Amino acid sequence: MTLTTDPSAPTSPTPPAAGTRPDRPSWRGWLATPSRSRTAAGFALGALLLFAVAPLALTDFRLSLLARYLCYAMVAVGIGLAWGRGGLLTLGQGVFFGLGGYAMAMHLKLADAGPGNLPDFMVLYGQMDELPLWWRPFANPVFALAATVLLPMAVAAVLGTLVFRRRVRGAYFAILSQALAAALAILLIGQQATTGGTNGLTDIQGFFGYDLDDPINQRMVYFIIAGCLLALLALVRQLMYSRYGELLVAVRDAEERVRFLGYDPANVKLVAYVVAAGMAGLAGALFVPAVGIISPALIGIVPSIGFVIGVAVGGRATLLGPVLGAIAVSWAQTSLSEEFPAAWTYFQGLLFVLVVAFLPGGLASLAGVVRRRSTRTSSGGTG
Amino acid sequence: MTVILSQLFTGVSIGAVLLLIALGLALTFGQMNVINMAHGEFIMAGAYTTYVLQGVITDAGLSLLVALPVAFFVSGAMGVALEALLIRRLYARPLDTLLVTWGVSLMLQQLARDLFGAPNVQTRAPELLTGNVTVIDSDGGVDLVLANNRLFILALAVLAVAALTVLLRATPLGRRVRAVVQNRDLAAVSGIPTARVDRTTFFIGSGLAGVAGVALTLLGPIGPTMGTNVIIDAFLVVVAGGIGQLKGSVIVAFVLGVLQSTLEYTTTVSVARVLVFVAIVAFLQWRPQGLFTLRTRSLA
Repeated sequence: MTLTTDPSAPTSPTPPAAGTRPDRPSWRGWLATPSRSRTAAGFALGALLLFAVAPLALTDFRLSLLARYLCYAMVAVGIGLAWGRGGLLTLGQGVFFGLGGYAMAMHLKLADAGPGNLPDFMVLYGQMDELPLWWRPFANPVFALAATVLLPMAVAAVLGTLVFRRRVRGAYFAILSQALAAALAILLIGQQATTGGTNGLTDIQGFFGYDLDDPINQRMVYFIIAGCLLALLALVRQLMYSRYGELLVAVRDAEERVRFLGYDPANVKLVAYVVAAGMAGLAGALFVPAVGIISPALIGIVPSIGFVIGVAVGGRATLLGPVLGAIAVSWAQTSLSEEFPAAWTYFQGLLFVLVVAFLPGGLASLAGVVRRRSTRTSSGGTG
Repeated sequence: MTVILSQLFTGVSIGAVLLLIALGLALTFGQMNVINMAHGEFIMAGAYTTYVLQGVITDAGLSLLVALPVAFFVSGAMGVALEALLIRRLYARPLDTLLVTWGVSLMLQQLARDLFGAPNVQTRAPELLTGNVTVIDSDGGVDLVLANNRLFILALAVLAVAALTVLLRATPLGRRVRAVVQNRDLAAVSGIPTARVDRTTFFIGSGLAGVAGVALTLLGPIGPTMGTNVIIDAFLVVVAGGIGQLKGSVIVAFVLGVLQSTLEYTTTVSVARVLVFVAIVAFLQWRPQGLFTLRTRSLA
């Protein structure tokens, strides 16, 4: 048995089967094992699509929808790293998305309200005459911006340390991360006076002095989001093809062997989990100016697992699979659920069942699976 | 004094509900290492079964009694169908069973919405279960009043645990189940049909979800999302209790129930939920594999 068992993982040096020509690049191979020049070409193409084609081809409304999908794609990049590479099925990315989103929204609410004034909902629900203590630091833009990424990372670091050090098993981790998402959503709903309750933080108008109603500024927000997504992809690519990336895959496939080699698997997992949390936090923070709202309904159990579906569909262990999967699934959701809300839920459930049960590598592995099938039939079952 | 007793009773009755919803899950998770996210929807199926039966049988008490076995079979049959169609293919991938069954739970929720409508529905409780029993009648002070429906659920939970214990300890099926839990491969080479044992276990575990659903109709409304609301609590009970051990689930369910009611009394409901989660993570620092575990030689 080789160290890597996932068929879509790029590090497994499988011997070429009879009848295949390994030197011929396939699009799956392009997704899974990009060489340096191919990566550069891929990034250039991505940048061209995101920065030139999309803004010219799409209406303002469609572009703001795309900005929303790109935020989900950022979360997906992190899940791809933690789950696809590290085997850490995290069902609670909504927590980190929410922490980032709330940190940003709190600052923007305070900026909208002006110095000394209270955000509108506090007066409405809470009858408060002064700002709660834990809101105050968020008036400072530097603190708020840092908190959007560092706060989720800190929470992930605490939970991750507690869970991984004590070698809590994979399924336990998934359940605990999900319970955390439920707990945060319930907490936010329960503290209506200071968090806005079920409504969340709404009606966000300004973004560091720029009016968000202006289409030009919405465009600027889109460009920031697209730039951040490309930067995160570059970061994860570097991580994946570093020594650390190899170690992460090794921990996923044979944790005990890694331990016997002298590494501490807890630290390896912790890094992936914390990095994924930071990415989700950044995505949440950028989601707020793009959409103008953050609420418990966007970060509870259902959206948290919803983040995973795009990653599963696209291909959990690849670099681009999660991004394309997340965009495709959220695009399908918007276009289908407008017309057939009931059908969409059935479709989403069925998609989950079919992809995970029968195509665990996601759509990125489809070409490989088909090729193996055809090879097997042509060469008499040696594939 | 009566305040403490009354809080204790509230805690025990929360624990009884937790136990009922977690019991079937503990069985399937313990034996087959399958994380069944659709368990919550099997509970929902039990609740809707009660609702449908009330349309047929007008007497609320009688329909409740009929609903218990019927819900057991309805949810059990759904469990067997799920096992035969999907879970059987995924035994080697426990994390993927979680995602697949979550997809199934999404579809079942939508099915409930299409069949019964999105708004919550309500069942009529039998007259016998709507009253209270006054245990301590202190003049002018706080009385210790026990709600009849809570007592009924407590009795139901005790009965379910007793029945399951007898089944596992004293029947040939129980012996086979325990053999498969302890060492699946050895059980298989000893001639135990592990696939059939799995299916029976899944039937019983899912059936218990149906019974829990009947009990939940006594406490609140029935809706398409009721499964999602209880599934996390059920999983936390199983995780903290330890896999493959019923007594772990029993103890943890009641401890968590009392903890929850005490924290709710001193703080708010939402803060109590967060503190219970923190308590479970802290508890796993002390016992990472849960309260009771089967000793095995596996390294994982």
